[in-house]
Parts: sequence; structure tokens; C-alpha cells
Amino acid sequence: MKYLDEYRDPVLARRLLEELRKLATKPWTIMEVCGGQTHTIVRQGIDELLPAGIRMIHGPGCPVCVTPLAMVDKAVAIAARPEVTFTSYGDMLRVPGSTGDLVGVKARGGDVRVVYSPLDAVRIAEAHPDRQVVFFAVGFETTAPANAMAVLHAAARGLANFTVLVSHVLVPPAITAILDAPDNEVRGFLAAGHVCAVMGYTQYEPIAARYRVPIVVTGFEPLDLIEGILMTVRQLEEGRAEVENQYARAVHRAGNTAAQDAIREVFTVTARSWRGVGEIPASGLALAPRYAAYDAEHRFAVESLNTTEHPACIAGDILRGTRLPTDCAAYGTACTPRTPLGAPMVSAEGTCAAFHGAGRQRSTVGSR
Amino acid sequence: MCLGIPGRIVEVRASADRPDLRTGIVDFEGLRRPVCLVYTPEAQIGDYVIVHVGFAISRVDEAEAARTLAVIRAIPDALARELGTTLERT
Repeated sequence: MKYLDEYRDPVLARRLLEELRKLATKPWTIMEVCGGQTHTIVRQGIDELLPAGIRMIHGPGCPVCVTPLAMVDKAVAIAARPEVTFTSYGDMLRVPGSTGDLVGVKARGGDVRVVYSPLDAVRIAEAHPDRQVVFFAVGFETTAPANAMAVLHAAARGLANFTVLVSHVLVPPAITAILDAPDNEVRGFLAAGHVCAVMGYTQYEPIAARYRVPIVVTGFEPLDLIEGILMTVRQLEEGRAEVENQYARAVHRAGNTAAQDAIREVFTVTARSWRGVGEIPASGLALAPRYAAYDAEHRFAVESLNTTEHPACIAGDILRGTRLPTDCAAYGTACTPRTPLGAPMVSAEGTCAAFHGAGRQRSTVGSR
Repeated sequence: MCLGIPGRIVEVRASADRPDLRTGIVDFEGLRRPVCLVYTPEAQIGDYVIVHVGFAISRVDEAEAARTLAVIRAIPDALARELGTTLERT
């Protein structure tokens, strides 16, 4: 692919790192919010190549990981019903609920299917009018336009057997929650490029101004990430706190207005519980009242069950960025990608899975 | 799930079962998948788009891609600096 190789060029990466070394005079702690960026940083060892004192904290930007336990339990309860065909993105299938996961439902004969696009779930509902087809609509602002279009499309077709179980979360309120925490150490943020491709970055401007933190919209290739870190450090060293766009090839300040219109049509902003973090006001999306007929929670009246997290799992601290996976007693022993205790070890975008995949060993020191 | 993947549009057509949704075939380094183009009405054959869960969410601006690279390439090479010469100026 054109430009892809260039954005992975190790020679240019070394130059950027050298530039960063010249620039950084003080220790700075920077958070990358997005799980996809966490993976590139850890897999390429970018965090270990940074100058001493520049510390990356891995944020809560893995939608699979922050989906609340109660929502996973609801998905498991709905999927187990005989009349239901439950469809989901693949990464949600192995997330442990209180008493099991969607893979377990499938193993016990439940009709659970992985789809690549939410439109595939609508297709299944059209092809099988005798089945109740439910789609698990999780994700940040990036998947919201696709999930919104699935609902709009089902409505246009007048499908009565298609519903969505919505657990959408929003990035800016999570950043605000992190900055409001009394033990917050984050001095600058890399904003998730693809969230901003949809939403633009005007929402981040008041956050940067109010909390005096630089926020740099950053892409996903190694050069993007190092340049994003460099731009953040440059702002910090110069005492600036602005929103800058490293990822101009895919992100405009206003974002994708057609996608935003669809999100606004189908969803409404609501308080959401974040797994490991707790409730954050106005931090999620729920179906707007006019699309209530497509709400699986209403249709199947799933009661909130008693939810219990695994006692050994420190997912909450991982998602807030206050501890590393390698600080967890269960990491790599009781908890591995094959036998995950918590969501960050399940998801391809989870911090624990990123560390495990890169062969990071448990620390006895407790940092880096 | 959240990972956006860049790919090149090789075909644009209304999909047979949903004529109301602009659809294209996108090539991801050899792998071709149908992609919904409803959110990138400006994207044409030959354009690169960022694709999430079967939807193009953004067109990749090639001029911007080149500009970002040019900025990075303009950083003088550390070795060249040590030698006091400039090996590359792009």
C-alpha cells in the first residue's frame, strides 16, 4: 500500500527518536488512549526506545475491555435464548461475564455468530424472518456510524426481528475522568486518530484549554506514534497546551459530518458504566427513543444479574493507567490470552494482551 | 474491532440487495472486501480509505500523507550531524 511502508521506515523512526532526545529536558508522562496505538507501541517496543523520563501510560481505549460486566452478562443471557441468533464482532466472544462468555453459549448449542460488519447482522435478519437477530453494538465513536447505519437500514426495511444491544462509549468524557482523578499523572494525550476521523477534534479543544494539557491527534503507524509523542513533548517543553493534528491525512477538524449526522439520528448521549472505572456521566450512547423498537434490552427484558469480577484481576487499574499488566500477580500465569481472567487479556486491543503478545515479563520492580 | 485499516477502492457499485447504500470493493494489499461507502461520498476508484467494520470512515488525503513524510524526512540524520555534513535533503 502506498505510504504504508514509508510510515514504518526504521531509519526515519530513529531520526524522530533522536529529535525527541534532543528536545526532552524534563520527565513527561503521556497517555495514548487507543488500544490499537497501545499495540503498536508495545509490539514495536516504542515505549522502550523513548528517552529516559518520557513515560507512556496506556489508556482505556479498548471498547471490548471497558464494556461493563453487566452488559456482557446481558449478552450471554440473550444469546442463550432459543429464538435468538446473536451476532457480534469477534473480540467480544471470549470476554468473561460473571458466569461465562458467548463462546460458552455457542458451545452449549446457542446460535452465536461473528460478523465482520453490522450490515451482515441485518442481512441475517432479512434471510431468517423466523429468528430474533440481535447485534452487540459495542465500541467507541469509530464503530458508532456503522452500528447507526445498521439500525437505519433495518428501519428502512421494516425489519421486526432485528435488535441491537448497545454499549457505546465516548472518548472525551473518559479523558476528562482521567484528568479529574486525584492521582492523575498524565501531562499530555495522544488522541485516537480514527475516533477523530469520525468526530473531528473540536471536542478536545476545551479539554486542552481547561486542563492545560496538549492533545495530539495521532495515527497508528510507528512513525505516526513517534511523531505524535514528539509533538506532545514539544508542546510540553514550550509550555503550550493545544490540540494539534499529526494525522492530517485522515482527520479533519470537523470530522466526518455525514457519520456524525447518522450517530445523532440513531443514538442519544447517556451515562455509561465503564468496566473497571465505574460510571462516567454523559460518556456513552444509547438508542434514541424513536428507535426504541430496536433495543434488545427492552425486547428481551434482561434483568441485571448479580455481577462478580474475578478477584485476582486488576483490570480497573490497567484501564485507568495507574498500573501495568506486569504488576498483576495473575499476569502470564493464571491469566493468559488462552485463559483470560479479565477483558484486557481477551481483546486484540487490550493492554494485557499487547504486553503478553510482546513477551513482556512480570516486573518485580513495579514500573516500566 | 476498532482498528481502521487503509485500503484502495477498486470498484464502486450499488450492492444488489441494498441499492440505497453506496458500496465498493476495497483492496487491502491483495485481500478484497465489500465496503460500505455511504459516509465517504467523495471517495472514488483509486482513492485510499480508512475502513472500520465494513464502513469507510475517511478518505486518505495523499497530499497530506506526502507532506507529513516530507516533514519527517527533513529532520537531519543524526550520523550526518555528527559528521557535520548533510547526507540527505528532501
